[in-house]
Amino acid sequence: MNLSYREALNQAMREEMQRDDRVFLIGEEVGYYQGAFKVSKGFVEEFGTERVRDTPITEAGFTGLAIGAAMTGLRPIVELMTFNFGILALDQIVNNAAKIRYMSGGQISVPMVIRGPGSAAHQLAAQHSQSLEAWFCHVPGLKVIAPATPHDAKGLLKTAIRDDNPVIFIEAQLLYGTKGEVQEGEYTIPIGKAEIKREGQDVTIAAYSKMLLLALETAADLEQDGIDAEVVDLRTLKPLDVDTLVQSVKKTGRLVIVEEGWRFAGLGAQIAESVYSTAFDALDGPIVRVTGEDVPMPYARPLEDLAIPDRARIIQAVKQVL
Amino acid sequence: MTDAQRFRELFYQALRIRLVEERIIALYPSDVIQSPVHLSIGQEAVAVGACQELEKTDLIFCTYRSHAFYLAKGGNLKEMFAELYGKVTGCARGKAGSMHLTAPEVGLMGSSAVVASTIPHAVGAALAAKHLGKDQVVMAVFGDGATEEGVYHESLNFAVLHRLPVLFLCENNGLAVHSSQSARQRYAILEHARSYGLSAQHIADGYDLENVADTISGLVRRVRQIREPVFVEIRTYRYKEHVGPGEDFHCGYRQREEWWSWKQRDPLEQHPDLRDMMQPSIIKEIDEAVEFARASPFPPEEELLRDVV
Repeated sequence: MNLSYREALNQAMREEMQRDDRVFLIGEEVGYYQGAFKVSKGFVEEFGTERVRDTPITEAGFTGLAIGAAMTGLRPIVELMTFNFGILALDQIVNNAAKIRYMSGGQISVPMVIRGPGSAAHQLAAQHSQSLEAWFCHVPGLKVIAPATPHDAKGLLKTAIRDDNPVIFIEAQLLYGTKGEVQEGEYTIPIGKAEIKREGQDVTIAAYSKMLLLALETAADLEQDGIDAEVVDLRTLKPLDVDTLVQSVKKTGRLVIVEEGWRFAGLGAQIAESVYSTAFDALDGPIVRVTGEDVPMPYARPLEDLAIPDRARIIQAVKQVL
Repeated sequence: MTDAQRFRELFYQALRIRLVEERIIALYPSDVIQSPVHLSIGQEAVAVGACQELEKTDLIFCTYRSHAFYLAKGGNLKEMFAELYGKVTGCARGKAGSMHLTAPEVGLMGSSAVVASTIPHAVGAALAAKHLGKDQVVMAVFGDGATEEGVYHESLNFAVLHRLPVLFLCENNGLAVHSSQSARQRYAILEHARSYGLSAQHIADGYDLENVADTISGLVRRVRQIREPVFVEIRTYRYKEHVGPGEDFHCGYRQREEWWSWKQRDPLEQHPDLRDMMQPSIIKEIDEAVEFARASPFPPEEELLRDVV
């Protein structure tokens, strides 16, 4: 069936809430307003306000509350209106959700999902346009997922909800309306598995979330120039599926990593290190990164366009490695 | 149980905590305990009183100053010393140290070194209890300093808004790290709590073992019955420095006279006969726990990456 990314997320949560009474959704305006991006459409009617909890504007408070509920038998899904506001909940996420299992010697687990949109949309300026996935990937005790397609979004969110550990699930505002084929019936996708979204021989382009779509568009452009790019969708950022990436690089000998986040200490630096340290001999040239600029996101459209990776820069990077 | 028996029971529990922490002080110079220790000496009556009416299935969420609550809630003494020693037989396999004591088997769900950060966890646990139809009482334990944090406010508001069975227990020792309460707060904790619509009670003398226990036990029963949040502030006093085994009167944020006025009323100093009678068996228990910790192995290498995710 053909679904939007938003509908796929809705289905994933709906099916998991139908399957397991312990699963509940909590966040700002997730109930009557159905979420800032309408991901929880119809939930109050189906599950009631006890399982679809509107909260005050308290990111640290309701994230902490969800942690406490997760520690004592429930399986919360926390919706952040955007991950920018998740910064207010970082103490709870980093000092508590990520560490409680370890600090308790494995006695207490924290099965919860923290989800919402990350990355830039259109001209929302500096505090609404951030790709913070590298922050979360840096913290032991967290799993980090950033799906690009409706099919992956549904299958991975279902798996994340069933996971016994905290999972950071990063969506994108510009992806909610995108459509794609979604498998009928019950299915899940394992955490930690990348997928080759386009097979090719000449160069590997690794990307995730919104940048995956850009990578696929660019690969079509490159085909016009006679360049056959393979596009790897990382999907899970932590644990990273280095094997799939390395297999691809062994075939193509070249790697371009595309990420929207800031360049310095960005996720691509880690991905490159993971490939260098396991498959250096397979590379025919240096890995090239295409990243966001190291700048607070500007409002003006021409400046915003300059701060985010685009097709031209990916093409330039591919031609640099070939 | 007669009143006299009850007093002896409370006295025994408080003395046991005092003697455990005095042993920690004695051991500290030998460096067998490397963890920062935040001692509860002077505050024992609060933890003892707080836990009298709690069942093992009732949950408490604590702070970095939790030795007293760990023991009062029924945590295993050997496992506590082993944890302080960093041994694999510790309550958290040697991964927590003093500041993150956890004993879920008796309802101690965790202790955090970040001020106020477990308060929302308690509210979430109360939400879970309500959702799962359990008759649990959940207790959030925090100090006067925690009332300055944002999540404290957020947690109180949510608990009242959704009528959750939490007992908010403010252990007010008048000190936060190295600042007195008057240097930090322009609000009254109790009035502030009441402004949320919380039923809030004050215990002025946190050294009155029986009154502290009776009052908090009554509040625990009330939360269990009405399934709504209740607040209690207990005035108490810590003898030792914020962190470490020593004193800190030289720091200038409090006066030795203040300590002296509390010490005059310290229940554990009022009954030398009881103390002398109870002490030998407690010391023996502590000796055994320390020996257990000493003889236990450190965590093996495979523990390093265990229980991360």
